[in-house]
Amino acid sequence: MAETHSLQDMRQQAAIAAKVFIQRDYTNGTICQFQTKFPSELETRIDKQQFEETVRTLNNLYAEAEKLGSQSYIEGCLACLTAYTVFLCMETHYEKVLKKIAKYIQEQNDKIYAPRGLLLTDPIERGLRVAVEFDRQITVQSF
Amino acid sequence: MMKNCEYQQIDPRALSVSPSSAQNHTETKAQRPRRKWEVFPGKNRFFCDGRIILARQSGVLPLTLGLIVVTCGLFFAFDCPFLVEHLTVFIPVIGGVLFVFVVISLLRTSFTDPGILPRATPDEAADIEKQIDTSGSSTYRPPPRTKEILINQQVVKLKYCFTCKMFRPPRTSHCSLCDNCVERFDHHCPWVGNCVGKRNYRFFYSFIISLSFLTSFIFGCVITHITLRSQAGKSLVQAIQESPASVVELVICFFSVWSILGLSGFHTYLVASNLTTNEDIKGSWSSKRGAEESGNPYSYNNIITNCCATLCGPMPPSLIDRRGFLPPDEAIPAASASEIELPPFAAKNDAHMCTQSTKDVLERMVHSSEFPGLCPPGTPKTSPLGLEATSVSGPSTETSPSTGCSRQLAHGPVVTPCPPFSRSSKRDSLHSINPAFRLASPSPSLSRTNLFLSESADVGFIPLT
Repeated sequence: MAETHSLQDMRQQAAIAAKVFIQRDYTNGTICQFQTKFPSELETRIDKQQFEETVRTLNNLYAEAEKLGSQSYIEGCLACLTAYTVFLCMETHYEKVLKKIAKYIQEQNDKIYAPRGLLLTDPIERGLRVAVEFDRQITVQSF
Repeated sequence: MMKNCEYQQIDPRALSVSPSSAQNHTETKAQRPRRKWEVFPGKNRFFCDGRIILARQSGVLPLTLGLIVVTCGLFFAFDCPFLVEHLTVFIPVIGGVLFVFVVISLLRTSFTDPGILPRATPDEAADIEKQIDTSGSSTYRPPPRTKEILINQQVVKLKYCFTCKMFRPPRTSHCSLCDNCVERFDHHCPWVGNCVGKRNYRFFYSFIISLSFLTSFIFGCVITHITLRSQAGKSLVQAIQESPASVVELVICFFSVWSILGLSGFHTYLVASNLTTNEDIKGSWSSKRGAEESGNPYSYNNIITNCCATLCGPMPPSLIDRRGFLPPDEAIPAASASEIELPPFAAKNDAHMCTQSTKDVLERMVHSSEFPGLCPPGTPKTSPLGLEATSVSGPSTETSPSTGCSRQLAHGPVVTPCPPFSRSSKRDSLHSINPAFRLASPSPSLSRTNLFLSESADVGFIPLT
């Protein structure tokens, strides 16, 4: 049902529906890692261990995607020899891991975060810059 | 500059006109879902429904392609018959393979997203601002421009990008020609008509290496051709007269070979030390350290590992998702558009004073302003930048021709080398000159308004029961 609210109320409630951004951690260079520091806004909502576990797993998955191993070298050399046309038919290793990450995030959201009213967005949607915990607890019907 | 945010009376006519147009546009939107490349804020051009990305100024790419095709064409038409007859059939075969490789590498370099970083969403920009403005002062201060972090136990400064509204990751630089932040930015190459960055550096490197081989090969073959002709009892002049095309090829190749070989050598050095042209020219790591180690925190201190990491490393995906569809209530490009297009609606410091009505009008204006080709290249806000960028390329001609991307040709004018360093130093002045960017710098009040806007837009409204 539509209800009108005063602007004060709306501002207060909208302020609670905030996004918490988890920034990148560059201490190991330019590889994609996220800070495991537990944001203070989530203290009441979720267990610290759980959160750190999620971020650590994500970091490991991204490290796997960017790993300089024999597989990536073979892929790179093959691509070079075929003048990079091989990527038109084959998916890169990175893309495969990104799919794994998307599945993992979906799983985490379903099991852990959604029941607590949180949503973890896939960093790839934000340019691998931030992982967003979106608190969608309160929304307001206006006009 | 942000002091002139004043509360202005909302024009009731705008409100009455807009609902019908908003409805029409919503219907239009429902009929044709738009892809993200159509509202991309950078100065890029897209073809094939977003599959191909190119910088706006790709003027010299046809010249590059033309020179390569013409030279090879002349080679195959005029030199190869003679050489096949007198030497071996492998000459055109090798030439053909090299030619194909060069063209494919060139096209891949030009048409690949170099590693463009998407701009910060309004929420993210507001969050960053909140973090650095925790003193809670009411007077607006521009966000600090640098943040220091430790990378491999070395202090690195991250700069804040005013256009993209975020702290740039390390090794990222903002290209003013393309108006994008590019990861691992090397330089903007006019010859390929695109920036060279993380994702297309390997293509660029294979392009210049294969082009070096191709030009040396053609050069050698043409010399052989003329020598063989003049050996058969004729003079040199007569030999040249019989095959005038060879002279054209000779001249082109002679001048290309030196610059291309020089460029290849330079980039091989960069690859081996895991540096970018940008860092090398700016002297980010070398001049400050007197110690034996290069001081480059990204180097693996092993030439082979550096080469493999740069050239054969995993291929990161494009972060800008050109072909994705815009969600129906996408407020991200709209919010930035509304900041630039609607200066009269800039709110006062007390956000609640005009949140409701501003939000309504902004949402409606957003729908109406989004459609008349707002963000494809050519938006007026970016054209002064383009002019400025070309004018600052002048003073950097002291860099040697092998650096950057210049190529000396016999009869063509010397193209100014790509000046990534001067671009970054001029960036701040460019931004202050352009009034659109002053408005685009978020004010605390406006950004909070936008925060609420995107909250409501993203989440939708559900009634409180």
